[in-house]
Amino acid sequence: MTNLSSLTNFSNITRSEGDPKVIHSGPSSRGVPDSLARGLGWFSLGLGLTELLAPGRITRALGMEGKEALVRVYGAREIGSGILSLSVDKKLGLWSRVAGDGLDIATVMTALRPDNPKRDNAVIALALLLGITAIDLIDAQATTMRHSRSAGRRRTYRDRSGFPRGVDASRGAARDFKTPPDLRHAPALAAVSPRTSAA
Amino acid sequence: MRALVWHGKEDIRCDTVTDPEIEGERDVIVKVTSCAICGSDLHLFHNFIPAMLPGDVMGHETMGEVVETGRGLNGKLKKGDRVVVPFTIVCGECDQCKRGYFSVCQRSNRKKHLADKVFGHTTAGLFGYTHLTGGYPGGQAEYLRVPFADSTVQKVPEGIPDEKLLFLSDIFPTGWQAAVQADIQPTDTVAIWGCGPVGQMTIRSAVLLGAEQVIAIDHLPERLDMAEAGGAITINFKEENVVERLNELTGGEGPEKCIDCIGMESHVTPAMPDTVYDRAKQILLAESDRPHVLREMIYVCRPGGLISIPGVYGGLADKIPMGAAMNKGLTFRMGQTHVQRWTADLLRRIEEDQIDPSFVITHEVPLDQGPEMYRTFRDKQDSCIKVVLKP
Repeated sequence: MTNLSSLTNFSNITRSEGDPKVIHSGPSSRGVPDSLARGLGWFSLGLGLTELLAPGRITRALGMEGKEALVRVYGAREIGSGILSLSVDKKLGLWSRVAGDGLDIATVMTALRPDNPKRDNAVIALALLLGITAIDLIDAQATTMRHSRSAGRRRTYRDRSGFPRGVDASRGAARDFKTPPDLRHAPALAAVSPRTSAA
Repeated sequence: MRALVWHGKEDIRCDTVTDPEIEGERDVIVKVTSCAICGSDLHLFHNFIPAMLPGDVMGHETMGEVVETGRGLNGKLKKGDRVVVPFTIVCGECDQCKRGYFSVCQRSNRKKHLADKVFGHTTAGLFGYTHLTGGYPGGQAEYLRVPFADSTVQKVPEGIPDEKLLFLSDIFPTGWQAAVQADIQPTDTVAIWGCGPVGQMTIRSAVLLGAEQVIAIDHLPERLDMAEAGGAITINFKEENVVERLNELTGGEGPEKCIDCIGMESHVTPAMPDTVYDRAKQILLAESDRPHVLREMIYVCRPGGLISIPGVYGGLADKIPMGAAMNKGLTFRMGQTHVQRWTADLLRRIEEDQIDPSFVITHEVPLDQGPEMYRTFRDKQDSCIKVVLKP
């Protein structure tokens, strides 16, 4: 077998002998931007948890002591972006990552002050942030384009009635059908109201 | 053989898989000539229906030719027979099947223990669906094994194109049952939410059954065009207020019959805040279904009216206005379609030219383009409404 995840192989224990089992896997409906979005989503979750659980290590590394609460807030934001990037609304998740990158860059830039003993770390962090922002931006654009409804032709189906004899001739054409007793509901007003029947 | 296989969320692949083999005496193997992607396949694509496993073969709208038979069919099916394969697998012998409630067949779910735990009691086995309904390999493949074949499949005559017959497997009977269980009267206004493939079939069924007024609700222009062509008055929910417009069209009284052809993934728009709330809860796994349509139907339906639900719901739905439903005395009818209950009658109606279900097909492509078509269909690209695949 080639190109198969261990989970696919493992799931075969739930199948009967005569069920088809995967021998070789073909191309996925998931495109490169979709797969990258998943990767970025998991990255967001990892980073977000780190920010939430160990903000002190981050602030110390960047010479930003005292900003732990802010890092925690960013961690929560990162987790939100990660969840969205992993959901079917991945476009929203990716664009929220791009917006978050902007906030992160602005925050790290405050650590570039000359008197910061960890300035070198801040420079490295900023370079990494700029790189990840570029990836986020490219993937957000690619994903938006790939899943945009505007891709492809616009067609009209005004000639597709589905009725070979036309709509008017088809209205009530199946009145020969008798609703089964178990599916009957309230009768038409005419059937229960003498006043309406007489009219 | 080749088959479309589920590998995870939004991950369908055209794989090479082993051929299916006869297991039971009432099994047949069908060489698939046509199959289709259904709206409910998208719930699986999004991984909103629990208990899918990597390696599951997709597809529950299938037709083809019998190429191999089990020993216990007593001549009811033979090699060369042309058949449509309904998505519900039915034994034909249990109490529910005898009643005509085929989609809750008591014997066809081979993973009954799972369904018993999750649903309380088992429902029928379904092709190409969750393991809660048996995990049976589906028909988006070159070959399909059909269990209980003598009671499951519908034989169809030669000389009628696949495209006219294929939808007897699901969407035509589903639209028909949605309308029939609404018990449409000649004076009824029937409002139908969703103009996807099932919605389109429901509109045609309501017209054929003689509803006075059929109203269709969606926001995609091509789908509204098709609905209008089928005899419906249309409401674009992005341009008009649905409740106001429905009241206007019914003299302020609301439609007698409301049909939900959307199910668990109703459209999300900031103009309808409850849909945003539902989406947020769905992402956080705090709710599986987005029941905006259900809420709207309960609110707008005429007191004493009926709500018919062919749209698929998967698990838990939040904020259902049961107070309004109870006080208005609404009747609810829902469920997977009892396909075999309707197929023979609907085949006759196709043969008599009352309807030609092929009107709904917008894309017809080879099977190996299936993964890409899942995306096209989901993203509503290229004016896609219904995809037929040719293995």
